[in-house]
Amino acid sequence: MIPLNDTAMRLLLAAVVVLPLLGAAAALLPAPPGLRGRNPEQAVLRHGVTVTGAVLAATAVLALGFDHDRPGTVQAETDIAWIPALGVRVHLGTDGVSLPLLVLTALLTFLCALYSYHRPPGGPRPQAFVALVLLLEAGTLATFAVLDLMLFFLAFETVLIPMYFLIARWGGAGRERAAWKFVLYTLLGSVVMLLGLLLVGLGAEGGPTFDMTALAEDGGRGLTHTTQLVAALAIGTGLAVKTPMWPLHSWLPDAHTAAPTVGSVLLAGVLLKMGTYGFVRIVLPVVPDGVHTLAPYLAAFAVTGIVYGSLACLALARPGAGGDLKRLIAYSSVGHMGFVLLGVATLTRTGVNGALFANIAHGLITGLLFFLAGAVKDRTGTTDLDRLALDGAGVHSGGAALYGRAPRLGGLLAFGAVASLGLPGLAGFWGEMLALLGAYHPADGLSRPAYLVFMAVAALGTLLTAAYLLVVVRRVCTGTPSAPGTAPAPGATLPDVRGHEFAAWIPLVVLTVLAGLWPALLLGLTDPAVQNLLPGVSR
Amino acid sequence: MNALAQDPVRSVVQSVDWTAIAPPALAALGALAVLVADLFLPERRKPLLGPVTVAVLALAALSLLPLRSGERTTFCLTTDPAVCSYVADPFALAVQFLVLGAALIAALLSMTAVRDEALPRGEYWFLLLASAAGAALLPAARDLATLIVALEVASLPSFALVGLRRADGRSSEAALKFFLSSVTATAVSLMGVSFVYAVTGSLHLDRIAERLRETAPGLEALAATGVALTLVGFAFKTAAVPFHSWVPETYVGAPLPVAAYLSVIGKAVGFSGLILVTVEAFPSYGHVWGPALAVLAALTMTAGNAAALRQRPERPHSAVRLLAWSSVGQAGYLLVPIAAAAYAAEPGRAVGATVAYALMYAAVNLGAFAVAAHVGRSAAANRITDYRGLYAAHPPAALALAFFLLCLAGLPPGIIGLFAKVAVLSTAVDAGLGWLAAVMAVNVVIALYYYLAWTAQIFRAPAQAPAARARVRVAAPLTAAIALTGLLAVGLSGAPQLALRFAADVLL
Repeated sequence: MIPLNDTAMRLLLAAVVVLPLLGAAAALLPAPPGLRGRNPEQAVLRHGVTVTGAVLAATAVLALGFDHDRPGTVQAETDIAWIPALGVRVHLGTDGVSLPLLVLTALLTFLCALYSYHRPPGGPRPQAFVALVLLLEAGTLATFAVLDLMLFFLAFETVLIPMYFLIARWGGAGRERAAWKFVLYTLLGSVVMLLGLLLVGLGAEGGPTFDMTALAEDGGRGLTHTTQLVAALAIGTGLAVKTPMWPLHSWLPDAHTAAPTVGSVLLAGVLLKMGTYGFVRIVLPVVPDGVHTLAPYLAAFAVTGIVYGSLACLALARPGAGGDLKRLIAYSSVGHMGFVLLGVATLTRTGVNGALFANIAHGLITGLLFFLAGAVKDRTGTTDLDRLALDGAGVHSGGAALYGRAPRLGGLLAFGAVASLGLPGLAGFWGEMLALLGAYHPADGLSRPAYLVFMAVAALGTLLTAAYLLVVVRRVCTGTPSAPGTAPAPGATLPDVRGHEFAAWIPLVVLTVLAGLWPALLLGLTDPAVQNLLPGVSR
Repeated sequence: MNALAQDPVRSVVQSVDWTAIAPPALAALGALAVLVADLFLPERRKPLLGPVTVAVLALAALSLLPLRSGERTTFCLTTDPAVCSYVADPFALAVQFLVLGAALIAALLSMTAVRDEALPRGEYWFLLLASAAGAALLPAARDLATLIVALEVASLPSFALVGLRRADGRSSEAALKFFLSSVTATAVSLMGVSFVYAVTGSLHLDRIAERLRETAPGLEALAATGVALTLVGFAFKTAAVPFHSWVPETYVGAPLPVAAYLSVIGKAVGFSGLILVTVEAFPSYGHVWGPALAVLAALTMTAGNAAALRQRPERPHSAVRLLAWSSVGQAGYLLVPIAAAAYAAEPGRAVGATVAYALMYAAVNLGAFAVAAHVGRSAAANRITDYRGLYAAHPPAALALAFFLLCLAGLPPGIIGLFAKVAVLSTAVDAGLGWLAAVMAVNVVIALYYYLAWTAQIFRAPAQAPAARARVRVAAPLTAAIALTGLLAVGLSGAPQLALRFAADVLL
């Protein structure tokens, strides 16, 4: 859209990865004169906004400079030797698969920084908070931008420490335990993944290499079927923990419930995508034979996750169950990521495109939902659904009556819920529909009857999803603020959405609508890239 | 041969390449000089001995520079100049650099400890230098006699160093325990050496390798026994299971810098000896030592990490105990490439990963000990809970310790730790030791738990108000040690190739 030469593009992509790192280091230093602000806290939170804003601007320019006529080819490519001893290269580049994720990451982190600027995190020093958020951003952006397996692993691990501290230091009840669970699960997964990556890289045809593009071109030639299977299993396990795939998901609800708002938004919006991105970028093209054998199992786990997530949400949404809103959104993520995995497991272009679309959609919608849950907690002091409903006003109102007490907040929550349940016209719809469509006609060699069953079960899952989200809307948004004729009870009205909250949320709302109405915007980018990653697949 | 026959003098007198042997020789001369100077210096001048020791070690390390150009040999057989007892090849130079550098940092740590604990100065510095000289000799030794002598020169002073806190019963007990178990291991090793000598009729590593290839049929059992027993002494030094039980008591009983010294140099001595013996002398018996070392590696890392995991943070000396047990775990990782060398096409390349890992480990482990030495000055019990709020009190030291611990754990931002582990794992995967790689992977996760728990303590808010706690400034030598190791760790994280190139080169 805007012509940029190759050098400029390369520098932009490098800047996108390096800027947050430098920003993280700078956040720990005292502010220079002129940038001191009202107090050190305000100065460092503003620093966070500036840096993430600059990164967002850089990704936006990158997206505009990206040659949209050939999204299948890797652009803005940098390839320099870093550790020749291990064959590790600083290989950066972006194509239609990674570009949307880069933009999503930069956007969500910027919105989080903006939100934190106006509502500083409750907890110890904000300097460390900003530094950790920036480090997290660097790790996630690097995950999507690198084309070297070892660098991918490095970036994948980089997010662990900042996320651990974000949960353990700034989180809510039970944070220490949740943080440990998060970090140990992910790490156990990722060391297994490392073994798989080594197996692939060391056994590559024509000598050891960790270059993703070269390995994808090889398509697993030079690896025996057993090696491919073991590698796919090992890499897949690591990624499945991150995604998370049922039954490896149990860290997720705890982590989300305990994490601060910003942590939850980034965890759901960005970090989970690293897992599914790895499936598409590494597992599918590099070990195609292995994944072909494993695909039906992956699909089975995925649909189990869909149904399990929905049932867990239904149970949490039930009156008297003491369900937590954040926990419920976390479980809904398990279901949504199940659709993403199902799309991947069909091994078809339709399915994988659906998976990538659902990835982005989930990032936008769940990011918004966690922001809203955080706002509800700020205002009412709880995210417990039962207490929310009781607080609403009175005993028999049946709901927290957000519509009445804070109409805009209630409206946004309802919007997030219907987007999440996959209403046509909003972002959540296309990804899940394409994933189901892919399952209707899976890749050659996969058992079609099995996939038809998976599709049917997943479709049932969408119904359950709709059910629990509507229950949530009913219990949180509807109800009468106070019994007619009586004086308004304390807390009958809540502060409605504030300016900075609008600023943080409106971009997500707009993009959700945009992606829902104009899916070609995204699919046009991903489809050619997916064709490259799945050579020889026609559907 | 003819030339030799014509020149009878040359057959008995050999010229010594002094440049080649300078690194261990300088350390040894320095040791003697310190010992003599201690006799004549007045008491108030004795603190000078510390800086002298540091200077000697720096000089010895610098003397490695002229050797980089190529392989040099000396003390060769007059009858066959290809068979030498001292070889300054890339392997020897890398390990010598590691040993001398680590001794230098240990000496920096010692300066405050010697003063605070009133250790006898002359003896302390002499013993340290003597042990470093032995450790520097060992990687260059190419016959079994020199190897064992070097091993003992490195070990004997360290027993004394451990027991140097005279007033402390625990210190003496630790020294005795350490001494007795070490001597037993050496004795077993010597028996192995004698078996090998009986089979091959030579002590030179390359000759042994040659002759073991064509062992007479009846002697195979003897040779295999000899090979296995020889490894024992070196395995003891690396603190491999089942020779690891001396570690925690010794580390806690010894002055802290000595524990730091043992954790790095003791291991360097052990693994370089193991590498030389296995790869240089017994390559044809890979089917004996390969599986043995693989099992040993798996057991060592599991035992070390499991014990480290069980350390309760509020127990006295838990910080040093944790470092001690985790060093056992790390020793297990160091053994992995050596075990893999038995299966590798190029054993000399596989063991490079051990050297690379040891370089990383030396820098960050000494760094962690340096911060521990600082904390130990204000909190004598040195519990892990004493590290709570370190960030509030000393931000740079706390950040450095966090970085060292993350390097040891192998998690970003400790990039060098991560890639050193990758290098080690890849040798295992390459050699087809998948099970060992899996065991190591699990161990990495276990280790992460306790390292990260410690790191989390550092950043927690202090239990008492900062004013209530006496603020102790970081002593200058400790600052230097922390800064040096910190720069090294950060530098290596930015350019891991500096250490990891050893993993790609054929060192032997």
